[in-house]
Amino acid sequence: MSKHHVTTVINGDPVEFLCQPNVSLLDVLRNELNMTGTKEGCGTGDCGSCSVTLDGRLVCSCLVLGVEAHGKTIQTIEGMANGETLHVLQRKFLEHAALQCGICTPGFLIAARSLLERNNNPTEEEVRFWLAGNLCRCTGYNNIITAVLEAAREMRGA
Amino acid sequence: MLTNTKDIQQVMKVVGTSPVRPDGVPKVTGQAQYGADYSLPGMLWAKVLRSPHAHARILSVDTSKALALSGVKSIILGSDFPEHPFDYVGPERVAQNYWHMTRNIMAREKALFEGHAIAAVAATTAAIAAEAVSLIDVKYEVLPHCIDVEDAMLPDAPLLFEDMITRGVEPAPSKPSNISKRLEFSTGDIAAGFASADEVVEMSFKTAAVHQGYIEPHSCLARYGADGQCELWSASQGHFVVRAYTAKLVGMEIGNLLVHPAEIGGGFGGKTVVYVEPMAVLLSRKTGLPVKIMMGREDVFKSTGPTSGSSMTVKIGVKKDGTIVAAEGLFKFQAGAFPGSPVMNATMCAFAPYIIPNVKSVGFDVVSNRPKSAAYRAPGSPISAFAVESVLDILAKKIGMDPLKLRLKNAVKAGSPTAWGPKHSHDGYAETIQVLLDHPGYQKPLGKNQGRGVASGFWFNGGGESTASVHINEDGTVVIATGSMDVGGSRASMALMAAETLGVPYESVRSTVADTASIGYNHVTGGSRVTYATGIAVVEACNKVIEDLRLRASLMWDTDIKNVVWSDGYAKPVDPSVGNFEPLSLKAIAGKRAVTGGPIGYEASTNAGGQAPGFSTQFVDVEVDPETGHVKILQFVAAQDVGRAIHRDYCAGQIVGGVVQGIGWALNEEYIYDSKGRLSNAGFLDYRIPVASDLPMIEAVLVEVPNPSHPFGVKGVGEANIVPPMAAIANAIENAIGRRMTELPMSPPRVLAAIDAG
Repeated sequence: MSKHHVTTVINGDPVEFLCQPNVSLLDVLRNELNMTGTKEGCGTGDCGSCSVTLDGRLVCSCLVLGVEAHGKTIQTIEGMANGETLHVLQRKFLEHAALQCGICTPGFLIAARSLLERNNNPTEEEVRFWLAGNLCRCTGYNNIITAVLEAAREMRGA
Repeated sequence: MLTNTKDIQQVMKVVGTSPVRPDGVPKVTGQAQYGADYSLPGMLWAKVLRSPHAHARILSVDTSKALALSGVKSIILGSDFPEHPFDYVGPERVAQNYWHMTRNIMAREKALFEGHAIAAVAATTAAIAAEAVSLIDVKYEVLPHCIDVEDAMLPDAPLLFEDMITRGVEPAPSKPSNISKRLEFSTGDIAAGFASADEVVEMSFKTAAVHQGYIEPHSCLARYGADGQCELWSASQGHFVVRAYTAKLVGMEIGNLLVHPAEIGGGFGGKTVVYVEPMAVLLSRKTGLPVKIMMGREDVFKSTGPTSGSSMTVKIGVKKDGTIVAAEGLFKFQAGAFPGSPVMNATMCAFAPYIIPNVKSVGFDVVSNRPKSAAYRAPGSPISAFAVESVLDILAKKIGMDPLKLRLKNAVKAGSPTAWGPKHSHDGYAETIQVLLDHPGYQKPLGKNQGRGVASGFWFNGGGESTASVHINEDGTVVIATGSMDVGGSRASMALMAAETLGVPYESVRSTVADTASIGYNHVTGGSRVTYATGIAVVEACNKVIEDLRLRASLMWDTDIKNVVWSDGYAKPVDPSVGNFEPLSLKAIAGKRAVTGGPIGYEASTNAGGQAPGFSTQFVDVEVDPETGHVKILQFVAAQDVGRAIHRDYCAGQIVGGVVQGIGWALNEEYIYDSKGRLSNAGFLDYRIPVASDLPMIEAVLVEVPNPSHPFGVKGVGEANIVPPMAAIANAIENAIGRRMTELPMSPPRVLAAIDAG
């Protein structure tokens, strides 16, 4: 199987890679580009650990082929902080103990940012339903929901 | 001795607060490296061939076509691992048999469950390894299988092991069976006890096998050198235990295996054992190249340990005033394909929260064609508690007593007997009940189709072997290292205890988890033991440092060490008569270390006893949809005696997390098999763990009755919380719709069927 030449922009930087047409974007990120912040929990789109955005749209990168990223813009967890300055969501996750093992955290952060870009004042129920595609087995979600609501409040300047 | 919360609270500066964890930033920026995140130059990928049959004799394995595929470097079978004598070793509650364990890693004579590993291939790419797996030709003789525990116990059941004679029965049975073991804990006169009861309830229950459901699949990377030295990167609950198991299963000396603790993406008991590590090490030894194995989610469900499903009967008798006079339990547990279910824990924990003069608790450990069970959060206790706490609810109603007050009346305290011999040594249970009786939510009025249920739970908690080191840097900052994997914030709790002991700011302590060559032995992060046992090691190492700091100060002041005290992070003269010395900070002493004796650092090890058990009492409000049978959680309040909260938010986090796992166990989760013994729901779409939209905020109530055996009063907090939810929810459903649910999960079809049955 010959490889395709794919041109993308990842976290603001131009990135080119070669990939076979049956390889997922998740495997490209992790195994070709060494961007292991995006996690594999299931490989079938059921857990949200591999969440990234593709041209601004929240997707499970395990359900996207690497070649589908051609000409598109990708954002991953590695691009969320600005140097030493954490994104408000990242800071709130830490302040509210919203992670225990942390394996689901990158996916939750990407998904939560995607929510707040669309709705800067979500209700608790809206946060719970938006994040229903992201599984966490440790926290029972309490502190994740609180962190997202607190981040939204701070980002609104409320 | 620490006696009450108030006194301790006054002297604590950082213990009991909730600072940001030391490993927090790497985990929110994607930089933390978990099991699958390690790679090495020249690395091979391995894939595993697994049995498609629930029970089959392996007639032949032909690897020739697979080996001929370009890029394939090596293939291993079960017979490539050394054989072990058939022997149960270690304490009975957690006994291991390496004859079984090596066969669980990879099948030999027979495949005993769907997903049982048959062979593993290492190749230059994951795709080539996967293709090679499909080229391995295995000839099976498919055998009849058994899945359910009751079926497996039938006299004519298909036998997994043709020579298995039940242990614990006198005289020993003459015929083999799938019953690995019978055990019993009894006290008093059970017949006389029931004869004295005013009300007796006997009922049978079933629970489904459920998986720990950690989000990170098992993964590891091994590099075996020509000098016989091997390094292994593995995500586990204990890299020292991974080292011991892997070395034994591969046939190498422990000293030749160095295990690096990758960050762990959840375990809940399921990562206290090995699956892929021995395969990766053996493949690396054969190829001379690094080998990485990553399980897929389907492999995790089919091939790693869920906890047991069960079949149980519980009978309890009470007096009209609520005094429990007798209790009898029969607990039959699925062990999976090899012996070793948590049925012993279940029979011990079942009646442990209550003072009962007459008890008979019998357990059976039964093999069937399922994956071998592994530990899952308070292994065994939640299962027997579902039965016991359900029966207690019925009895409370029969005698017209509040179910919390019934529990309070019979609650064990320090000095109360147990069915297995030693007396309870700690209070804390009654306090968890009282705090709920006083909770405003417990009196809140309920609406239509709504109900409230309560239940309690007991877990032993663990102590055991731990090691920690503490080193003081020349600028006064502190490095601590332990060998305990950080699953949910233990770096933070270790740093808090070190900061408190030394009298320095939390931020000046760097808290790390060291590899197996860099720190002494630590048992697994499990049994709710780390904050207790490893915490003791950290505090002891800090105390050694303090002794040394006093000595250094005495040298600097040219006085005797007995004239120097350590207080609030400073060496101070014990009184003005010693001399007019300004207090010396840690930094001031550390800066002079070269002229006062050299590096300042100590290691401390413990084999900690004195752990106190965990008690949790919970109430839940549910609403049952009479049209669909769906159960909605409206309010959930969980009280637990934590002894002393070290990091308050992570302490509460353990309680909330355990409760939510229990909600999944109660309402949704189960292993579903087809008629051929194949798992039908080996993925997160069909094995549905709770998601955010299923839940309200869970309220954790931290009860603090300090444990005098720990310098800060810690009791393990990780497990007792998962014991009550299943019964509490069943009791709430009964309260809402008048139907007693006796089988888990209480999924919408089952609840609807119970409603329709009238």
